[in-house]
Amino acid sequence: MKNYNLTHLKELESESIYVIRELAAQFERPALLFSGGKDSIICFHLARKAFAPAKVPFPLVHIDTGHNFEEAITFRDDLAAKYGAHLIVGSVQDSIDTGRVNEEKGFNASRNVLQTVTLLDTIENYKFDALIGGARRDEEKARAKERFFSHRDEFGQWDPKNQRPELWNIFNGKKAVGEHFRVFPISNWTEMDVWQYILQEKIEIPSIYFTHERECFVRDGVIYAHSHVIPLKPTEKVEKMQVRFRTVGDISCTGAVLSKANSLEEIVEEVAATRVTERGSRIDDKRSEAAMEDRKKAGYF
Amino acid sequence: MTEFSTAGYLDMDLLRFTTAGSVDDGKSTLIGRLLYDSKSIFEDQYEAIRASSEKRGEEYVNLALLTDGLRAEREQGITIDVAYRYFATPKRKFIIADTPGHIQYTRNMVTGASTANAAIILIDARKGVIEQTMRHTYIASLLRIPHVIVCVNKMDLVDFKKEVFEQIKKDYEAFAAKLDTTDIHFLPISALKGDNVVDASKNMKWYKGPTLMYLLENIKISNDQNHSDARFPVQYVIRPMNSEYHDYRGYAGRITGGVFKKGDAITVLPGGLTSKIKSIDTLNNSLEEAFAPMSVTLTLEDEIDISRGDMIVKTDNQPEATQDIDVMVCWLAEKKLQPNGKYALKHTSKEVRCVIKEIQYKVNINTLEKIEDDKTIGLNDIACLTLRTTSPLIVDKYKKNRNTGSLILIDESTNVTVGAGMII
Repeated sequence: MKNYNLTHLKELESESIYVIRELAAQFERPALLFSGGKDSIICFHLARKAFAPAKVPFPLVHIDTGHNFEEAITFRDDLAAKYGAHLIVGSVQDSIDTGRVNEEKGFNASRNVLQTVTLLDTIENYKFDALIGGARRDEEKARAKERFFSHRDEFGQWDPKNQRPELWNIFNGKKAVGEHFRVFPISNWTEMDVWQYILQEKIEIPSIYFTHERECFVRDGVIYAHSHVIPLKPTEKVEKMQVRFRTVGDISCTGAVLSKANSLEEIVEEVAATRVTERGSRIDDKRSEAAMEDRKKAGYF
Repeated sequence: MTEFSTAGYLDMDLLRFTTAGSVDDGKSTLIGRLLYDSKSIFEDQYEAIRASSEKRGEEYVNLALLTDGLRAEREQGITIDVAYRYFATPKRKFIIADTPGHIQYTRNMVTGASTANAAIILIDARKGVIEQTMRHTYIASLLRIPHVIVCVNKMDLVDFKKEVFEQIKKDYEAFAAKLDTTDIHFLPISALKGDNVVDASKNMKWYKGPTLMYLLENIKISNDQNHSDARFPVQYVIRPMNSEYHDYRGYAGRITGGVFKKGDAITVLPGGLTSKIKSIDTLNNSLEEAFAPMSVTLTLEDEIDISRGDMIVKTDNQPEATQDIDVMVCWLAEKKLQPNGKYALKHTSKEVRCVIKEIQYKVNINTLEKIEDDKTIGLNDIACLTLRTTSPLIVDKYKKNRNTGSLILIDESTNVTVGAGMII
């Protein structure tokens, strides 16, 4: 008999497409959270696969802190234009200007936490009932507990201790008015799976994932990109470094790594050899042991 | 460890397994060891749990902290919810559904077991087969996990004695004989010391079998999917509505059983209309054939009315369409099952309502006896029910196909998933 067995990447791809189609079928106003980072790029690629030859039947939503890498923003706009996707941008700056949130002060100020308010406001304004996120369970310990279909109450809150059991591949997206769901199609992918898939499918990604020379400085062992967003302390010195980014978030909370990886093949090799998780360079996770869980409960990605 | 290679990575398959054991059976230690020995624990993760262990005044680095992701879990030192862990060897990628062993959390084990190819059941060598072992074994059998690996752990604490292992194996086999699982493996291990986990034990020369890692890497999983009965529940209808694909009408879904080929004669259920497969499409190309569990889009030779919830099957091999269904149900909610109550029901891509017509019996999952005089069904209970649905479901027996034979029940007032059902 023929060997009817899928490779693990094919099986993961099939599972993710299945999840995305369930979302489109079960919800009236879904959207895809798109940051210009690799995980959301993969989600969009999978969504294209799920609905071809038709267009992706939902918009992209970006919560823009105003402190994003220019390369990621340009990439976001180009991608939306190329595939004719409808892009909605929720602006943290607007939330600050309208007094919805107060900006953090001090050297380690970040707009990361503020994003939650802008996100929940955007969900309310557009009446979204489900949002695709590119979170993976291997990223972080609170995310390891996530469901594919994750329920949020009318305040956008996650209740991790009281989650709906998720059996077989049957997803329960039923909800009351005002509640919504977060849907995570690539839950079961690891960082290595993501890179191998990008390589296999030849998916375009922003240039900051590859090595480049950049003005950086070091604080608490983390390499930061020098920009107007983070004020320098008197002792901190800016120097040119050969770096790339393993994850792409807000400038104020994303650390760079020293790297010469200039191609997808070289990135894959680097990821295979690395001994630190990708979120090891995410300052937002380091605020406390349960930083991610606390933000997620409040409605964060 | 073999050198990493992209070519090798792209050729690996995927094994999903679940781990079950009672408190202090060393489950977290075992998972920690599998992750550690396959180099899946990163330095910053290790450093974080080392620091936490120290803060908690623990003598050793507590690997359980790796899997206990929630604040409440770390505070109470217990695992509340299923956590998923990932590791890969040069041969295979693995997904572990780590399920808590506490007696009150049967629902988590059922959740983890529902997608697993294999179950690791841990037994403490000093305690032997206990009530929870039987409970876990029964659930593995009920959920029809194809492969069961019984690890007799803490062999170091019984001087690595062969007799201890053999006695436990005998006791276990006596119980398991009453169940359906056919592929059962037994291993004597010490998760703490590493005996027979990744490397063969030097302390148990009498054991000639494979190590746990070898088993996990080599268990044959290609037959775990049903490849004989072709089933395609329609998830979503694709209509591009543009000039290039003006008349395109594709049926998107995931094949849940069997193989579909271009040109196959098909029937659409429950309507019964027939046609032929015109093409099997993906984003980049069309395929000659596709099989479970692939996600594809089918187009048909004839224009017939098909929508989500319908099922495309091969004309010469049709499942049953029925409104009266007997199921084994695991109850997942605190709120008790309402006799004669109405629930929402989801089965493949179809959603209907149902009424509980009859509670036939409840199972005492420690003795496997039927309880016919007590029909209150509460959290963690397993019972045999008869349901009547508002419209026909296209079903196979769970035994034959885990996808077309499973369903969930939903409380219509809270929208919570309250029951996991397996069609018998």
